[in-house]
Amino acid sequence: MSLIRVENLSLDIHGTPILRDVSFDIAPGRVFGLVGESGSGKSMTSLALMKLLPDGATRAGRALMDGRDLFALDEGAMCGLRGNDIGMIFQEPMTALNPVRTIGDQVAETLVIHGAARRAEALEIARAKLDRVGLDGTRFPLDRYPHELSGGQRQRVCIAMAIALRPRLLIADEPTTALDVTTQAQILDLLRGLVAEEGMSLLLITHDLAVVAGLADHVAVMQSGKIVEQGPTEALFRRRAHPYTRALFAASAHRPARVPTARPDRLLEVAGLRRSYALPRRTLFGPAPRMEAVRGVSFALHKGESLGLVGESGCGKSTLTRAILGLEAVQAGHIRLQGQTPISPIMPKPARAAMQVVFQDPYGSFNPRWRVARLVAEPFHLLPEWPKDARARVEQALSEVGLTPADADKYIHEFSGGQRQRIAIARALINRPDLSVLDEAVSALDVRVRAQILDLLARLQESHGLGYLFISHDLHVVRAITDRVMVMQAGEIVEEGATEDVFANPRHPYTRQLIAATPVIPAAWMKEPVDAPVV
Amino acid sequence: MRRAPLTLWIGAALTGVFALAAVLSLLWTPYDVTAMNIGARLQAPNAQHWFGTDHFGRDVLSMIMVGARISIAVAVVAVGMGMVLGVPLGLLAAANRGGLVDEVIMRGNDLIFAFPALVIAILITAVFGPSAVNAIIAIGIFNTPVFARVARGGALSLWTLDYIRAAEVSGKGKLRISAEHILPNIANLLIVQGTIQFSLGILAEAALSYVGLGAQPPMPSWGRMLAEAQTMISFAPHLAILPGLAIVLTVLGLNLMGDGLRDSLDPKLRRAR
Repeated sequence: MSLIRVENLSLDIHGTPILRDVSFDIAPGRVFGLVGESGSGKSMTSLALMKLLPDGATRAGRALMDGRDLFALDEGAMCGLRGNDIGMIFQEPMTALNPVRTIGDQVAETLVIHGAARRAEALEIARAKLDRVGLDGTRFPLDRYPHELSGGQRQRVCIAMAIALRPRLLIADEPTTALDVTTQAQILDLLRGLVAEEGMSLLLITHDLAVVAGLADHVAVMQSGKIVEQGPTEALFRRRAHPYTRALFAASAHRPARVPTARPDRLLEVAGLRRSYALPRRTLFGPAPRMEAVRGVSFALHKGESLGLVGESGCGKSTLTRAILGLEAVQAGHIRLQGQTPISPIMPKPARAAMQVVFQDPYGSFNPRWRVARLVAEPFHLLPEWPKDARARVEQALSEVGLTPADADKYIHEFSGGQRQRIAIARALINRPDLSVLDEAVSALDVRVRAQILDLLARLQESHGLGYLFISHDLHVVRAITDRVMVMQAGEIVEEGATEDVFANPRHPYTRQLIAATPVIPAAWMKEPVDAPVV
Repeated sequence: MRRAPLTLWIGAALTGVFALAAVLSLLWTPYDVTAMNIGARLQAPNAQHWFGTDHFGRDVLSMIMVGARISIAVAVVAVGMGMVLGVPLGLLAAANRGGLVDEVIMRGNDLIFAFPALVIAILITAVFGPSAVNAIIAIGIFNTPVFARVARGGALSLWTLDYIRAAEVSGKGKLRISAEHILPNIANLLIVQGTIQFSLGILAEAALSYVGLGAQPPMPSWGRMLAEAQTMISFAPHLAILPGLAIVLTVLGLNLMGDGLRDSLDPKLRRAR
């Protein structure tokens, strides 16, 4: 007996096919994982179930819940169903809550709207639900506002809202993607507990195979609008019958082939760096309290070396990165590039030219009104004069990152996320810098694209003798691409060492905590699949 | 997205008609706008006077043509002045966000916002005498903080983006980044605000002319035509309707043109078509 049964769901938006013949069952009290890369249609599947599709969508197929076809219900009936029978939580807890209403109000709202309770009772239930998701009454009274909570706490509030009416199906669309690893582990634990105790089913949508491996009973793999393979998680992961599933697995475990070529000369030297920010004054004449973002960080990066910097949000790695890039004045300590005079607070142009950066977001990294040729050529501004062969160098840089010279005349929106990240790398390399700062450069990419970009980075490092400062929260990636790694917590570097040593044998408790919190696919599942006959 | 060229063309056509009328009025009008003909006063639209005549027997069509010149010129120049002064101030404030320059510029803005526009206009005319040029200056001054705010608001959100970071890492200074990266990306906001301010400019010119601080008689302007028509609206409605319609159509045309321009300047939308 299934709780919800989707039969041959097909979806077109303005004539563009989005989903084709998607069929699956979700059993009561079980977790169903939907895995796929961006654009595979996994989010659209959940929106179709909720009938929250954009304009111009045409849909075929059925979604049966208690023998009723959800797709045949009118909007009024769907409103009664949403929140009541089907709850939903989203990826971005920062924007999923209304900033001007208290958390208690927002949780109670679901109950009041559905006529399940009057306001006073609703607030009592809200209290109970917030307790249930781990926000206890003494530290998190109902009259807290969302901005007073951290990302993980906000996601807990979203979960409390979604489960307020004890829905039978909870849809979680990338519920932990925006969260730090330790927070992610807590939220996944919470979801696991809710499914077990409240007997609800969970439709878990994610791109992360490891998250699915740890949580889902059944899993379906989606590729361009179709489910290519589905079955019990362990069996499917062990067998990997479909080539696409294999490709996903190979990509997520991918480690680019690279030979450490670090030379003894110091490329970047950071010594005793401190940066603090003034907080709002608490009293009228008292000194303003200060928040120390970076407290005495020292390290060195050698030529041709890959150095990883790992830490969770708020640990100060962004401030450190900005300081190294010369975008932020520091209060103490110095940064030297190739043993030159300190480059902080004012960074001379030649020093800048020796250091470039690739950012996380492939969509925000480019001026949408410029053509690629101009975008890639922007760092030429650092040279004493504009090179005469600028165009040729842009074309060469594009070729180096695997694009064609003709791409120089296109606008940035004509490229996919992975291609944009290639263009960002081309821009960073156009002046032949010695050091490239990769600030979460592959975090926003799908696994297969990520594997390609990592290969590209490894290749460019070898051919150009580049030093990389690789900043990331993703331990897998850092392990794959770096020689040495630093772990940062609360503005300090708590552990530093050769990457393999640190991962195999973490000394600091925080490093151990990070490694333990990172979801992994059990090693036994990852062995080369035996081509056993399909059972 | 798909209708962008259509709105652009309709807007351009409407605006073009009035712009053409304004230009044509420099060379030729059906009747002399200063010639009174009391015998033919308050005629409804007819074969001789297509748009009828006013209480002095002047030809309304000719007056609207000449009035277009004044109204459009005052509004365009005043909006242009507001943009030329306000946008750089807003960009400068955003580039120094949180700093002293930002504070000084924005509080100066607040100061201008706090004064009733008409009081300043009266002050200006008291010093320099009433004329269309002084109306332009008065309206222009009050457009400046509007554009400064819009530019600053749009620029602030852009300053947090990675491509600005990339430009900083490329060694570009604040002014250069403001000109190369920020300005083109807030152009759509400015164009839309510009068309809104243009309609307000026409109305402001009408208001100033109405209290006698704008274009001086016998120079006709749409605003003063409306003002004069209001006492006769019950027996000569065409005197109010026709200049009113001229204002509405010009403003509509400019708004449509602004929307179309915004869409066609955006490379993303341009391709989506």
